[in-house]
Amino acid sequence: MVADAQPAPSERPPATSVGPIGWMRSNLFNSVPNTILTIVAVWVLVELLPPFIDWAIFRAIWSAPEGRVCKDAGGACWAFVTEKHRFMLFGTYPFEQHWRPLAAMLLFVALILLTCNRNYWKPWLGLAWALGLPVVGILMWGGLFGLSYVETSFWGGLPLTLFLAAFGMVFAFPLGILLALGRRSNMPAIKAICVAYIELIRGVPLISLLFMASVMLPLFLPSGVTIDKLLRAQVAIILFTAAYIAEVVRGGLQAIPKGQYEAADALGLSYWGKTRLIILPQALRMVIPPLVNTFIGMFKDTSLVTIIGLFDLLNATKTAMADANWRGFAVEAYLSISAVYFVFCYFMSKYSQRLEDDLDRATKR
Amino acid sequence: MTANAARDQAPPARKLSLNDPIVRGIFYQILVMGAVIALGWYLLHNTLENLSRMKIASGFGFMSRESGFEIGETLIEYSPASSYGRAILVGLLNTIRIAVIGIILATLLGTIIGIARLSSNWLIAKIASVYVEVIRNVPLLLQLVFWYSLITETMPGPRQAYQPIPNVFVSNRGIKFPLPVESPVFDFMAVAFLVGFVATILVWNWGKKRQAATGQTLPIGRIGLGLIIGLPLLVYLLGGAPTALDVPEMKGFNFVGGGAISPEYSALMIGLVTYTAGFTAEIVRGGILAVPKGQWEAAGALGLRRGPTLRLIVLPQALRVIVPPMTSQFLNLTKNSSLAVAVGYPDVVSILNTTMNQTGQAIEGIALIMAVYLTCSLSISAFMNWYNKRVALVER
Repeated sequence: MVADAQPAPSERPPATSVGPIGWMRSNLFNSVPNTILTIVAVWVLVELLPPFIDWAIFRAIWSAPEGRVCKDAGGACWAFVTEKHRFMLFGTYPFEQHWRPLAAMLLFVALILLTCNRNYWKPWLGLAWALGLPVVGILMWGGLFGLSYVETSFWGGLPLTLFLAAFGMVFAFPLGILLALGRRSNMPAIKAICVAYIELIRGVPLISLLFMASVMLPLFLPSGVTIDKLLRAQVAIILFTAAYIAEVVRGGLQAIPKGQYEAADALGLSYWGKTRLIILPQALRMVIPPLVNTFIGMFKDTSLVTIIGLFDLLNATKTAMADANWRGFAVEAYLSISAVYFVFCYFMSKYSQRLEDDLDRATKR
Repeated sequence: MTANAARDQAPPARKLSLNDPIVRGIFYQILVMGAVIALGWYLLHNTLENLSRMKIASGFGFMSRESGFEIGETLIEYSPASSYGRAILVGLLNTIRIAVIGIILATLLGTIIGIARLSSNWLIAKIASVYVEVIRNVPLLLQLVFWYSLITETMPGPRQAYQPIPNVFVSNRGIKFPLPVESPVFDFMAVAFLVGFVATILVWNWGKKRQAATGQTLPIGRIGLGLIIGLPLLVYLLGGAPTALDVPEMKGFNFVGGGAISPEYSALMIGLVTYTAGFTAEIVRGGILAVPKGQWEAAGALGLRRGPTLRLIVLPQALRVIVPPMTSQFLNLTKNSSLAVAVGYPDVVSILNTTMNQTGQAIEGIALIMAVYLTCSLSISAFMNWYNKRVALVER
């Protein structure tokens, strides 16, 4: 009889401490101020979100022959984006040739995505870039294989934004490293030049450099020599970003213990051997997060070329809005390209977090 | 043998060789300096040649010529008959106005959002982190033009203006609000405010000395409030409390009278403040997280209440982490205010841009832009370095 006695079944925890109710009690209503905050936040969301969703989805017009149809509906006019997306994405590139920038862009993005995976950092990747970049160039410029020639002044939209950002990074990075090394150099003249350059560039807004590139650079060159406007903007972006990268890299260089330098010297390494094999691999790993932040900032800053009249994603969109049939849909247009910018920047920041974790795992035990 | 010994003792003759690090260093430096100077000379030479070929007179003589363009918003008197120099001064003041107010607002908003991200309230923390992610991942220029078109396209015209408070009109021409009619009393109030401010600082210093000597604290918050707000208020009441208001009125197609905040200014301010706040929020969050929890607990064990703990223990330690990156955000805001040119707010860059287009003085224009921003950047960083030194850890 005694052996038959069952232990009393354990009681379920009180309903108020587990499940959704328990979660809400501990995360939303755990104190009086928090309860008030939650109520206010919910009220604000209820006031804002349903009207926004109603505007953006339920009353939205997705396709329409002209803008007036949208005006009557009172919702978001995504029809504008449907109608103009090709101009927004590719700018003034000849309309029937749009497949070319699209293909070039896809190839370019594919190459970048491949490069993002560190397992693929093998010789064939270098070969892929060496083959891929000329293909991208041929697709964009044309003039070969029966493709018509398209001047850079007709390039525009998302490909332009991507190229400005990608080439900006590729060239600014080594320049930035050189500047950072120069700033840490013990040769006074070189140090002075690097410090002056970095501080001067960081002290002025990018827009002034872009103005300089568009109005002043022609004055600097001997008469008869002209440089393409796109290239001038690209140079300004590179020179600007390099100064910021230099400061980021300098942070990493300063964080390397002095013993590393001395040990490398003791091994008899030359300055460049020491820098390449001992110092930079450690310093660059340390500064990955701020470096990616600089790159994200630069990707966003490419939108400034709008101001000097290049047709990047933003300017192409602004130009698309000038159509008299489609007046007054700026909010929709800007929201959609914001989404494009967001996707790219968000991807970059998530990638940097993953890279950081990967590299941390190698050093943390 | 002796000859051998002598040879051993004599130091090897220094040969001028590239293998000698000192010689090599000097050689490289001369090389780089030479290259930089040659490049500079080449550019200068080309520029002078181009200028003389295009017959552009250089120099700052254009500054005293009549500008001939209108400026929408001016803090000082200006008309198209004023000189270019005065126009540039107007732009400079507009830039400073945006930068100073923007820095204050962005710091406040950023601090609130940074603390909200750390809130134990799930909803508030989520809203704050979505805000930060979205704002930081969209270009500022895009946000500026977005706000500008939101204001000019979705707000009603002046005739159908909203009136959230009587006599305050919100329309696509901006916000119009009543202003007190000018009176000398207000000048005296400004003086009283300054006097109160200085007096507060003096009392504060005296209070600190007294606390160090006797241990008695002074209710400096209340005294300061009384001096800074009370003095001007007293002057206002003594001056007969003028209540006449200059109310904006609809005349023709627009409002006349009263004060105004233009759509350009609003768009630029909203854009700059919300964008920079996204970055300052992360800095504040990092700073607070950098103070170990033990500091709170130790302060509690000493018997300090929550307010003094925050003010005396946590904040001084968090500020050490916060101040340097915050400085660069302030600098960024100031430099980003140059994007005003995209929404048509007359800041110094947009006015110099107009000036360059009208006079063709590109070099002088760009040089002025750079000089203005370099001065701003250097003075902000000098101030923040001074402040950083004050809050920094005092080491041996």
